[in-house]
Amino acid sequence: MTTTLVDVNANTSQGVHSPEDEAKLSEFVSRILDVAKSGGATAAEVTAGDDIGLDVKMREGDIDTVEFSRDRGFDITVYRGNRRGNASTTDTREDSIQEAVDAALAIAEHTEEDSFSGLADPDLLAVNFPDLDLYRCDPMDVEQLKDAAQTAESIALDFDEKIYRSDGARASVSSNCVAYGNSLGFLHAYRSSNSSLYTDVIAKSSNGMQRAAWFTMARQRSELDTPELVGTKAAEHAIRKLDPRPIPTGEYPVLFDQTVAMGLILHLLNALSGRPQYLRSTYLLNALEEQVTSPEVSLKEYPFIPGAMGSRAYDSEGVATSEKYIVERGMAKNYLLSSYSGRKLGMQSTGNASGVCNLTVEALTLPLKDVLKQMDRGLVVTSLMGQGVNILTGDYSRGASGYWVENGEYAHAVDELTIAAKLDDMYKNMVAFGDDVETRRNIRTGSILISNMTVAAL
Amino acid sequence: MTETVSNSAKHDLLATGDISDRQLETMMSRMMSREIDRGELFFQCRRNESWSLEQGIVKSAGFSVSRGIGARAISGEKSGFAYADDIQLDVLEQTSSAARSIARVGSSQSANLPVKRKLPEFYQGIDPIVSVSKDEKVKLLSRIDKFARSLDPRVKEVSVSINANHESTYIYSSDGTDHGDVRPLVRFGVSVVVEQNGRRENGNCGGGGRHDLSWLYENETAEKFAREAVRQALVNLEAVDAPAGPMPVVLGPGWPGVLLHEAVGHGLEGDFNRKGTSTFSNRIGERVASPLCTIVDDATIPNRRGSLTIDDEGTPGQRTVLIENGVLKGYMQDKLNAKLMGVASTGNGRRESYAHQPLPRMTNTFMLAGESDPEEIVKSVDRGVFAKTFGGGQVDITSGQFVFSATEAYLIENGKITVPVKGATLIGNGPEIMTRVSMVGNDLELDLGVGVCGKEGQGVPVGVGQPTLKIDQITVGGTQA
Repeated sequence: MTTTLVDVNANTSQGVHSPEDEAKLSEFVSRILDVAKSGGATAAEVTAGDDIGLDVKMREGDIDTVEFSRDRGFDITVYRGNRRGNASTTDTREDSIQEAVDAALAIAEHTEEDSFSGLADPDLLAVNFPDLDLYRCDPMDVEQLKDAAQTAESIALDFDEKIYRSDGARASVSSNCVAYGNSLGFLHAYRSSNSSLYTDVIAKSSNGMQRAAWFTMARQRSELDTPELVGTKAAEHAIRKLDPRPIPTGEYPVLFDQTVAMGLILHLLNALSGRPQYLRSTYLLNALEEQVTSPEVSLKEYPFIPGAMGSRAYDSEGVATSEKYIVERGMAKNYLLSSYSGRKLGMQSTGNASGVCNLTVEALTLPLKDVLKQMDRGLVVTSLMGQGVNILTGDYSRGASGYWVENGEYAHAVDELTIAAKLDDMYKNMVAFGDDVETRRNIRTGSILISNMTVAAL
Repeated sequence: MTETVSNSAKHDLLATGDISDRQLETMMSRMMSREIDRGELFFQCRRNESWSLEQGIVKSAGFSVSRGIGARAISGEKSGFAYADDIQLDVLEQTSSAARSIARVGSSQSANLPVKRKLPEFYQGIDPIVSVSKDEKVKLLSRIDKFARSLDPRVKEVSVSINANHESTYIYSSDGTDHGDVRPLVRFGVSVVVEQNGRRENGNCGGGGRHDLSWLYENETAEKFAREAVRQALVNLEAVDAPAGPMPVVLGPGWPGVLLHEAVGHGLEGDFNRKGTSTFSNRIGERVASPLCTIVDDATIPNRRGSLTIDDEGTPGQRTVLIENGVLKGYMQDKLNAKLMGVASTGNGRRESYAHQPLPRMTNTFMLAGESDPEEIVKSVDRGVFAKTFGGGQVDITSGQFVFSATEAYLIENGKITVPVKGATLIGNGPEIMTRVSMVGNDLELDLGVGVCGKEGQGVPVGVGQPTLKIDQITVGGTQA
């Protein structure tokens, strides 16, 4: 394979991967599987990728960086019976294929027998490959990206005199092709595309500077928030953070803004994943059919939504994905399992070796202003800091900033706070859900109100 | 640096693509033929091998190779950057041509002739992957698993991992830079879960540096990590809910230096200060911390995780005083930001790989020892928290707000360390907190060598350190209001 960096630069009218690239990448995977087989592997699986990207960053009205990228490589796992070895390389030349396969095989001579290891169960492999419409690649055009970034930035800078400066705006396009194959005969490739736009601005008052960003990502540019909206959102958020005032340490209702609510849901999904389950390192041990959240909420996966960011027909082991509840009316219905973690738990893979697909938070939603009315007095968190989430003990303690609400309305900015509680209580105390759902993310949720957490302040 | 390490890195990388010195020169002069201030070609090959044990079995291991070139063309504040995962002449030509497309206006520059200098080296150009055989690695993991389990019957799960990394880099720039480097990096970690009466807690410990793996076999190093992980987990079995609200906090020596990394380190990186977006912008010469605080960034400590013989732009690693007796002395710079601010690079230009652009980054950042006896520091606190071990931290350099999360902490009552408390996040404002440092211990320690610092999506290995110190007031994020 030869690089096409300059072609990328010149090619301004169409996407950069063609259906032939899928065929070529599949053929490449199949060749590596052959090399593994002749090297003595009893089973093998290979993932190969080819990503092309263009990223333009503008700062204060001028180009800051133009970045062209090309990432290729493959990852191989081989088995010698129940012994496993893995290798990966960004080098796709013929002699490097042999080198990587040999490295994986050499490792598999030294790892220990593990009776739970191996490829996916053959009857779970995907056999249907619906067109999920994931490839809607925009042109790799520097001028178009420059215009989008420049507009977002200038809208933000002109929004209000409190906007002090910009830390830049960034527009990107990427075209990706990925192929997966294993020695059970599974072989498939597909293309996907991403476009994104981001700006980061700083507002200033006599009390100091505050930074806020807005980010939008989708399969193609036409589905993104407009540059005008991106600039406006970033500026509004930065201004809303200015002039924080103190609040007393205490117990309050806490609303997780839509942008941070995704993280909250992610912690729950981590606690329900296979590895922490078989390692007994989650506070939600043996949680199936147990109540893990408020009964007012369900979490359901929809893997087949055309063009969505989380759509896929199979996971990283070729196992078919399916529409299913993870949590139904507060009850845990499914763990997120790979073939390995499934076998460790005496279960089958759930097709979640690469995470969830368009995980949707389903609950009765209200306009955000009604959720704030219901809260009456409390904290809205718009950004969180630090790693203080312990899935094993279920303890949660993180840095937070946002704004204070009195009588159901914005009162003033707050920062330098911590919020703390038990995860189990937080999920069971989710009492209201905003209708501000972001459907372009893999975790689809609006803002979430938790009735009570400990808020510590200076 | 000895010529041999620099030259062998260069030779090996160029040989991958049959590229000659002459061809490099031609390439650079073409890159400079348009209006470019500086052209830079970065060659890298990184090989990594990792082994891990879980539930008593060495069940997975992996080997990875990442090899490629990054080309950068700089014109004023603008950068053109392109990279490719192949070291070949035609790829190099295409990459450098894409990078230089950034600049269409400005004055013409010519490339300087390469300058060869002998530099001191802060680690040996060895390959740690082969320093211990595969069989020995498997045996070591199993031995440590059994050892950790033997320490206490409450130990239920043990995970052990060993990682060895070998990186060759070569930097060729129009400013005359022509340097290679070979960087070993190893890491070992133990993580345990203990259980008592249905309550489960974890503990972790690990370390590493720029050396080979034989260090694990000396002075029972590997066993010490296991012992520490088990001790930490057992302490946490007894932990009560942490307090919430502002109070005095005493931080132990070593890894709690993550405080300095977050509270001041990032805010002193050149890019933020050139752009005026840091809470420390335009404050050189001002008092930004208590007079007890002297903080340095030092890439020259032998064999440390954050040490660099040369940075990723070919500038020699150095020691930079950031804060001296509380007064802000300087920023950490890469070449781009240094030039735009009219100063010299401090050797802090670092990148995750050839596929990333250099940014000003920390190396080993720590506070120098003070005069207080650590015991006296604890004795001086009526009611507060003693935090011994931390997970990690994060900072917003614009507001100055930072957090770091304790994983082993205790209450201090009437000058004595009493009961352990659950892990809690501490939050403060960098410049404010640093003025509240009221006692600094005489027990400076550097961390064990586990830190990864993330910035703009790029991770690089770093070190931190500090003596025991007391902060008069910082917000503790427990649940007991």
